[in-house]
Amino acid sequence: MFVVAAIAVIVAMLLVLVRLYAGPTLYDRVLAVNVFGTHTVLLIGVVGFLTGRPDFLDIALLYALINFVGTIAVLKYFRYRAIGDVSASSVKREKAR
Amino acid sequence: MTVLIEILSWATIIGGGIFLIIGSVGIIRFPDFWSRLHAASVTDSLGMLLLMLGMCLQAGLTLVTVKLVVITIFLFITGPTATHAVANAALVSGFLPKGKTLPIEEKKTAGKILRRKLKSSSKVKR
Repeated sequence: MFVVAAIAVIVAMLLVLVRLYAGPTLYDRVLAVNVFGTHTVLLIGVVGFLTGRPDFLDIALLYALINFVGTIAVLKYFRYRAIGDVSASSVKREKAR
Repeated sequence: MTVLIEILSWATIIGGGIFLIIGSVGIIRFPDFWSRLHAASVTDSLGMLLLMLGMCLQAGLTLVTVKLVVITIFLFITGPTATHAVANAALVSGFLPKGKTLPIEEKKTAGKILRRKLKSSSKVKR
């Protein structure tokens, strides 16, 4: 049963990869990466159950945290062209754009 | 009793897998970025929820179920939030849905940036 779930998650991941490659705009790709991350979390959970090792779920939780932060960081980078504190200079650069 | 739980967890896990695939197919086939947002949130919410519910049933009342519930709650909160963040970033950068124009409204920086973009009325196609 978990094998079927693992196959389903892997197929879903491959489909999302197609969108990741074909996505015309940047935001399609960021969306695809975000969904791919959620699929990874689920895959880790399912594999953890498949191999009978429940401690995989800690990894899945950690990955969920990092995936969310990563998505927001990428969006912030493309918005302000800077990840650090959005200092006045970058806002000025934003105005100049 | 256990047979019932077995069947129930089997059904929810398969259902979760199906919804994951439905969401992913939706992400590919939908014509526009804005409609793909909906497909993405299908997998983030329902697919993940069913799959996790099935695993919780499978694990019974142990520490594993607690971890699964924590992951589910976290994903349920951050999934839609991330999708909203992507949509907001796209909107603010001027990538508007086809044929839609934004009302000029007094929002903080986003509004100013958008108004400058609308003034230059160049359709930003990254």
